[in-house]
Order: sequence, then C-alpha cells, then structure tokens
Amino acid sequence: MKIVVCIKQVPDTKGGVKFNPDGTLDRGAMLTIMNPDDKAGLEAALRLKDQYGAEVTVVTMGLPKAEEVLREAMAMGADKGILVTDRVLGGADTWATSTTLAGAIRNLDYDIIITGRQAIDGDTAQVGPQISEHLGIPVISYAQNIKIEGDSVIVERQFEDRYHVLKAKMPCLITALSELNEPRYMTPGGIFDAYKKEITVWGRADLKDVDDANLGLQGSPTKIAKASDKVRKGAGEKVTLDPDESVSYIVDKLKVKHVI
Amino acid sequence: MNLEEYKGVYIFAQQVDNEISSIAFELLGKAKDLAKDLNTEVTAVLIGSGVKGLADQLAEYGADKVIVVDDPELKDYRTEPYAHALSSVIEKYKPEIMLVGATAIGRDLGPRVSARVATGLTADCTVLEIGDFPLQAVPGQEQLHNQLLMTRPAFGGNTIATIACPYNRPQMATVRPGVMQKIAPVKGAKAVVEEFNPGFTPDNKYVEILDIVKAVTETVDIMDAKILVSGGRGVGSPENFKILEDLAEVLGGTVSCSRAVVDSGWKPKDLQVGQTGKTVRPNVYFAIGISGAIQHVAGMEESDIIIAINKDADAPIFDVADYGVVGDLNKIVPKLTEALKAEIAAAK
Repeated sequence: MKIVVCIKQVPDTKGGVKFNPDGTLDRGAMLTIMNPDDKAGLEAALRLKDQYGAEVTVVTMGLPKAEEVLREAMAMGADKGILVTDRVLGGADTWATSTTLAGAIRNLDYDIIITGRQAIDGDTAQVGPQISEHLGIPVISYAQNIKIEGDSVIVERQFEDRYHVLKAKMPCLITALSELNEPRYMTPGGIFDAYKKEITVWGRADLKDVDDANLGLQGSPTKIAKASDKVRKGAGEKVTLDPDESVSYIVDKLKVKHVI
Repeated sequence: MNLEEYKGVYIFAQQVDNEISSIAFELLGKAKDLAKDLNTEVTAVLIGSGVKGLADQLAEYGADKVIVVDDPELKDYRTEPYAHALSSVIEKYKPEIMLVGATAIGRDLGPRVSARVATGLTADCTVLEIGDFPLQAVPGQEQLHNQLLMTRPAFGGNTIATIACPYNRPQMATVRPGVMQKIAPVKGAKAVVEEFNPGFTPDNKYVEILDIVKAVTETVDIMDAKILVSGGRGVGSPENFKILEDLAEVLGGTVSCSRAVVDSGWKPKDLQVGQTGKTVRPNVYFAIGISGAIQHVAGMEESDIIIAINKDADAPIFDVADYGVVGDLNKIVPKLTEALKAEIAAAK
C-alpha cells in the first residue's frame, strides 16, 4: 500500500504572534512547527504502515526551509520526502495550492492521500477537499478513525452532533483531525536516518497536468484586499474588591444593563 | 468567463434529517443585505431527499426563490452527490455570490464545489459587504465596483484579512455560524420554488454510509443561549462547575467552557467556545476562571456584555471584558448566585 501525506510548515501561533512595524506578520521571528492536524495525519499513516505495511511519502509545498518538516516526518518514520518549491508558486491561495499539490501527486502512485483538516495559519480546511477534486477521487473530511478493508477504507467522519461510518474505495483522500491521535516522537535512530535519506525537490516543471494560469499569486482567484492586526474593542473597567463588594458591583452592572 | 452573466445572491440551505440548520437562516439574513446593495434577489438552494416542504420556511426568513434538488441519493450528506447537486445549480443558474455555512458539512462541500466550478472560496468569513476592489483606486489598475468583500480571521484570530474574488464567479464564501443575524421570520411569506435534478449516477467518488451514530446530548446549544456562564481551567475541577451551573440557573442561562476544560475532559466539546469551538454572541457572557487566550476571545468577543472574574489581574480576558473583577471565583460566584436570587425574588 502506498500512502501520501501532505504536510505544511506553519508559524506556531500558540507561542504568540509577532508583527512587523507595518502590521504584517513577522514570520522570521516566529518559531515554525509541523502543522498539528498534518502531524495527526502523518501519525495515522504511520499507524496504517505499522498495521498493514505501507510506504509513506510526505509532500510539502513551501520555501526551501520547509525541508525541516520533511526531515521531522522522516525521523518519525516516513519513507520518502518531496519538497515542492519554486518562486512561481509563491503567494498561492487554496485553489492554486491544491492545484500545485495535485500536480505533484499525479507523479506518484497512491492508495490513500492524507492531509490535515486545516492549517493553524490559514484555518481554511480547503486544500484537502480541493486536491481530491482535482484528482477525481473521493474525499472523507474530519476523520476520527481509519481502517482498511480489502480495497476500501472504513472511516469515522465527524460532524457537529454525530459521526458517519463511511466506506470509500481506494484511492481516496482523507483529512485528519488533531484529535485523531497522539503523534509519536522522533527517535534518535530515526533522526539519524532522516538526514541520510534524500529529499526530492520538485519545481514548476515537475508538476503534471497543470496550467500556469492556475499557479501562484497570479493564478489565485482570491485576492487580499486588506490585511491587518485584529482591532479589538478596548478593555472596560477592572476592579479589585473584596468578595461582597465584587458581588454588589456585578449585580449593579446587571441592573443598569437591564439584565435583571 | 463572462462575469456579467452571473446574477443574484445564493445560499446553500443546509438541512440535516430534513430540518433546516440555523446557519441557513443566518445566511439568508446576510444575503438580504447584500442583495439589497446589489439590487438583486436572494435564492436558497435546498438539497436533500423529500425536502420540498421546507421551502416555505426559507421564504419566511428571506428567500425570494428556492431551488430544490430532491433525490434519494441525497438523503444523508455525502460529499459527491451534494457537490454534484450544488455545482450543477451553479453551472445552470450562474449566481454572482454563493454563500455556504462553515459547518462540518459546508467546510467539506464548499471547497469541493469551488474546485469543480473553478472559482475562489474564502473560508470562515465573519464580515461580508459589497465594495470596491482594490479598496482604494490604484493607478494603472481598474477599480472594480460591487464586489463581495469577505473578511475573516487568520493566524488563530491574531490577524484579519479582507479578501475579494474579482475575476471569477461565483464569489464563494463559507460563513462562520453564529455571526450573521437572522431576520424576524415573516409568517406566510412565499418564495418562487423551482425544482431541478441534474441526475445522479454513482461512481468511484460516491462513498457508502455504513452507519450513523448520533451523539446523545441533553444540553442546550450554547450558540442559542442569551446568557452564558463560561468556565476555564481556573474553575479547578469538574465538580466545581456546580457553582457555575447554579449561577446559570438563577439567570436562566447555560454553562459553556474554554478549550482547556474540554482538553482536560471536564466538559464535552459541544460546550466549547472559541476558534476551534463555537462562536457565541449572548447578551451576557461570564468568563470565570478563563485567562482569555486569543483563540477563546475570537469565539466570544462579540457578546453584548462581558463580565470576567479572574484572580490574575494581568489575565488577557480583562482586555476584552466590559466589567472585570479581580478576585477568587470560589468566594465570589456562590455569593453572586445568592445575591441574584434575592434580587430576582424581590423584583417579582
């Protein structure tokens, strides 16, 4: 079985966000991590590999620095890493990104493609389903459990108030939630091996069946009109009182606002 | 693509078990505003099996027209037949704007459809308006009018971006539930109902539903609550949520919580407020023992009145609270409940 996992290097928004003086995000000053949902997707692939035997290939699109997440994935147990990087691919929205990744994946054999549900920088959850559409294969989003049965996968697909148990013929694409599992750590031997393994680097010319008009900033249908630091409503009052006074204070406010 | 051919504001009227989801009414409320600015009509696209009878409800909440795609293949949500239905509607009717809820269904359906009809999709929008692109005229670039400007948080709520889709149609957005306002339903309102079936032929992309397992929940949806009493890690233990429940009961409110509480297994996920939980905008939001991480604030900052109780005077929750009380929640909350009980009894 062959599994392709799409991963992304993202700024770690948990550790706080830093801005340039002009209000844009200072990516250079922020730590980067493997996107958590993608890491869960990789872990799911590695578990399928442990259970059924599989070759796991990780693919990322990004700056040359994104090689770091491929090395991390290989140290966790992925077999091959592919970095898709090219200046003409920069500034891509989800349409252009999914077009690019589909163009890369067309060069590979695969039974299952796994992506994270969404990346913590954009939070769009669009790239996985869009890749599946470009490749003409079924998608199962929001997977909370994955099993293999013959030529099909059986997946629990989460909704707000229920889950569906779905059966899809391979090849198919699955998007993983970070709640899916607890990703394994890199092993020292794995880290050592990861640096011995070769990473394949692909540029625009290596993408299969894609049109230049659908790539990069120019090929992105959505355009940013404005981006800014979030303007929050200002702080209101803050008081430090003893408990009884605190209670009177809150009760008075609720009265003034006609809540009670 | 001749952009001029695309007319009208369309919404995907999500239904589950043949009951229209609240998000559909919220989208209609926003669609009416947009349609007014564009001097056009609002169309709801209703997809399912045996759903035609739901069209009147959509009319009452603002739909001028309802396109019904009704087929046994559409009984329960599956990506492929729904994507085929919605993209066929887009190809036939050519909407200028297509809004979809950012629900577990819409965030799967939206990207699949946008890729099929080859247009852009902006995710999880919180503000939609009609305006110019670029916002200010730029020499050497034509400024386009009557564009859909879609505003959304990114980077975990740290930044906001306004996105346009100037050269492709439809302009598609998924919209975060709980943000747009429904209109008061107009009883007896009728819409023009049109049935359309593009034909459904199962292929490799059709998945099979083996089972549907519904979560058993007795709790009120926190998105509908007028008063929320929300607890964070500072509450200390699952047992101690009792003092929050008592406060909620006196006020006729509901208990919700932060992500830390869900991660600790104290409360179920459907009570979680925030970026990865639900967006709420109650009349009163009590943030009790919640530090106010940006991801939490993103889900509650639109509340009318925010009251925070926290022992840490530097907690970021105080930056968004209208009324902040620095103190021990264990001492304040039970007394507050008693005081409110007395006030309410006296007022009767």
